[in-house]
Amino acid sequence: MIHLSGGCKLAGEWPVSGPSIVGEVMSRDADQLIIDCFFGCERQTVTATFQLSDDASPTPQLALSSELSHLGVGDFISIYPKSGRLRVLFRKESQTNNFLVTEVCDNYCLMCSQPPRKVNDERLLDEIAAIVPRLPKDLHEIGFTGGEPTLRGERFFSILRLLRDELPATAVHVLSNGRAFSRPELAQAWADIRHPDLMVGIPIYSDQSDIHDYVVQADGAFDETVRGVLNLKALRQAVEVRIVLHRHTIGRLEKFAYFIARNLSAVDHVALMGLELMGFAVAHQDDLWIDPREHERAITRAAQTLAWAGLRVSIYNLPLCVLSADARRYAIRSISDWKREYWQACSECSLREKCGGAFFSSRNRMEPYIAPIRELVESADSVIVEEPARRA
Amino acid sequence: MARFKPLEEFFAQELHEYEFLPFKFHRLKTGRVFVSNIVGEWLVLDTQTFELFTSSSLTPASAAYADLRARHFLLDRDSGVAVDLLTVKLRQRLQHLRSVFGLAIFVVTLRCEHACPYCQVSRQSDDHAAFDMSPAYADAALKLLFASPAREFKIEFQGGEPLLNFGLIQHIVLEAKRLAEVSGKSVSFVITSNLALLTDDVLAFCAEHDILLSTSLDGPAELHNKNRPRRGNNSHQLATDGIRRVQNRLGADGVAALMTTTKASLDRVVDIIDEYRSQDLHEIFLRPLSPYGFAVKTKWFKAYDQLEWLRFYREGLRYIIDLNRRGERFIELYASTILGKMLTSRPGNYVDMMNPAGIGSRVIVFNYDGDIYASDEARMLAEMGDKTFRLGNVGADSLAEVVLSDSLLDAVEGTVLESAPMCSDCAFQHYCGADPVYHHATQGDPIGHKAFSGFCDRQMGIFEELIELMEADPEAARILSSWVRQ
Repeated sequence: MIHLSGGCKLAGEWPVSGPSIVGEVMSRDADQLIIDCFFGCERQTVTATFQLSDDASPTPQLALSSELSHLGVGDFISIYPKSGRLRVLFRKESQTNNFLVTEVCDNYCLMCSQPPRKVNDERLLDEIAAIVPRLPKDLHEIGFTGGEPTLRGERFFSILRLLRDELPATAVHVLSNGRAFSRPELAQAWADIRHPDLMVGIPIYSDQSDIHDYVVQADGAFDETVRGVLNLKALRQAVEVRIVLHRHTIGRLEKFAYFIARNLSAVDHVALMGLELMGFAVAHQDDLWIDPREHERAITRAAQTLAWAGLRVSIYNLPLCVLSADARRYAIRSISDWKREYWQACSECSLREKCGGAFFSSRNRMEPYIAPIRELVESADSVIVEEPARRA
Repeated sequence: MARFKPLEEFFAQELHEYEFLPFKFHRLKTGRVFVSNIVGEWLVLDTQTFELFTSSSLTPASAAYADLRARHFLLDRDSGVAVDLLTVKLRQRLQHLRSVFGLAIFVVTLRCEHACPYCQVSRQSDDHAAFDMSPAYADAALKLLFASPAREFKIEFQGGEPLLNFGLIQHIVLEAKRLAEVSGKSVSFVITSNLALLTDDVLAFCAEHDILLSTSLDGPAELHNKNRPRRGNNSHQLATDGIRRVQNRLGADGVAALMTTTKASLDRVVDIIDEYRSQDLHEIFLRPLSPYGFAVKTKWFKAYDQLEWLRFYREGLRYIIDLNRRGERFIELYASTILGKMLTSRPGNYVDMMNPAGIGSRVIVFNYDGDIYASDEARMLAEMGDKTFRLGNVGADSLAEVVLSDSLLDAVEGTVLESAPMCSDCAFQHYCGADPVYHHATQGDPIGHKAFSGFCDRQMGIFEELIELMEADPEAARILSSWVRQ
């Protein structure tokens, strides 16, 4: 019996197992799953049913979380019989799947959406390694997040090698704070994986070491992260710089963009990213959140500064109506469908089809600024619609 | 959120004494101080801030401190990564030293049917094969070019009027493409032509082989025709007809035009720019006369001084910025080249503004008579009887003999700006270039005395103008930033 959020549970005859069971969804009805369990137990097929929890408040119907309601055939899930948890590892229909490598991190970012925990979670790597050979070979892209994936060192790298061999046509994107790559031998080990399409996304938050270190709550992190980027680029590895936009990063944003253009011009992509109100960002939102109108100009100028200097730049996670007309050309539909929000007014917007919406989590804070754009088709054409870029 | 530490804890306050990283400075007319560092990062400071900074008294709380730190003028104990980044930027700034022969000029003929009094190459009107390049020389030149380590180059056909020897152009294009194919190298082509002889056959050949055209357009008809006389007084008509035909056939980017400033141009910069706009050209290179060829003989070169030209340039630049302000994208290329060097860490690839000089390394010229020269200006000088920068002959000399000739190495080594008198302590050094051929031509010495250098006057004038504009007018600064070329 697996307890799920939303006051429901997944009931089934789970086999005796290790800490977790990984299985593939073979069939899906409204309230029933048939799961092929292949890892963590003797291989067998289990039929499981969604039911209301005993302690659930009386609701007229089963309310699954949006992530679970999207669950379908070909998806992979992980079941923790002891704790009664269930996690979705891979959704076949999703454009981008991100695997959580570990919850351990050596940064402690003010706005972390996945707050780090000091846990022994190497089981996560076992689960990923079990799934990789079963993933569809025509998969467009796969992502890895943390925590800090590089803290798992060789064990994580061996999964990247597995992907290189099993799914050579699949682009791989890894989110890392980059600090580990300040050690030349680790950067070299990364390059030695020789994956045909591997990119690492590394957040840097300021051209000022103390501001970056404050945002990530780790003294000395700025120097390590910058050196990490330099080491990777010296080995011709693909690197993306990510800047999350909030009160502590917006002040010097244009100057920071210039800093990147001057010092890190070899990076392959720069992403300016709207804040997701998850994890620590929820608790810190009064400190971090900025009125979109306040940062419209800074974002425009930062994006232009980068683009004019010849860098590839994208804006993630912000609806087109809070961006200036000049900035919209850099906007990407980056928010996963199940986290995305539009408003009633959006139906009147001429750019609705090109807009990536806002995070559901920032719905209330964003709402006052949502206003339909009524524009000629001409300027709508300048908006990049669905570039095969990395998603949040 | 007690477990999160405040910002102050991440700055080593008690250690705020800073060290200087190497920098130069220049006092602007406004009294403010332009500072630049060893990789060309720059800032403009007010006098008081500059004095606080240089007397080690600037406090971390000031905005200037953060800017000086981010642009690597000072080093404090909070971060040591500046040194790593300066290393990377320095390497990037000098990366052009690793590549050779980005531009190979083939002077396929010295004949021309125009008779421009400012001609810098001393064109020949003689309808005589003595001034055409022979196929044998062309083949030998290609052989030499493909023997070099260059992976990628542009072949530019020059004259005279190169279309007078179009047969040889066709031969060179086909042969170069064949050699590129077998060697895995890449080659592109541009023909510099007055377009008077542009035929549909020429256009078809250009379309087939992705050949671009570069032409001269000096301004409205009467100015252009005065500058560029030919029988029939129809140079402007032929040039603008040609531009339109190329645009129609090869696309808007198929043709670029260059202007040359004569005395008659000086008070007509707006008319000149408007002429470009009316031809659907969105870039202009406001270019002074150079001291070579007929321009010297006819005294057109001396008809105005650098200050007069700078007035012309300033007026033109401000007019173009106003066009951009009104939403019309139009670029001035002299500024764009300098801005690329000011606003990025890339070295730029305009030969006149390279340091060390790009003559004989980034550019090489194969003259019609098989002689090899270090730059386009070097062969112009040769037509005046001064063969100082002749590097050899395609028939007689090997690649090594050509690029290692003493006349070339002495000129390049002697003019490196970091060691050239007056350049070595100039705050604009990183945006400038060594121009040994110009200084040899005007002062008889490849370094020259910069106090008497028209090149230096002009460059300094443009640097100050651009900085002044960016300082005084944030919108102009944004517009100028958008002109940086990739």
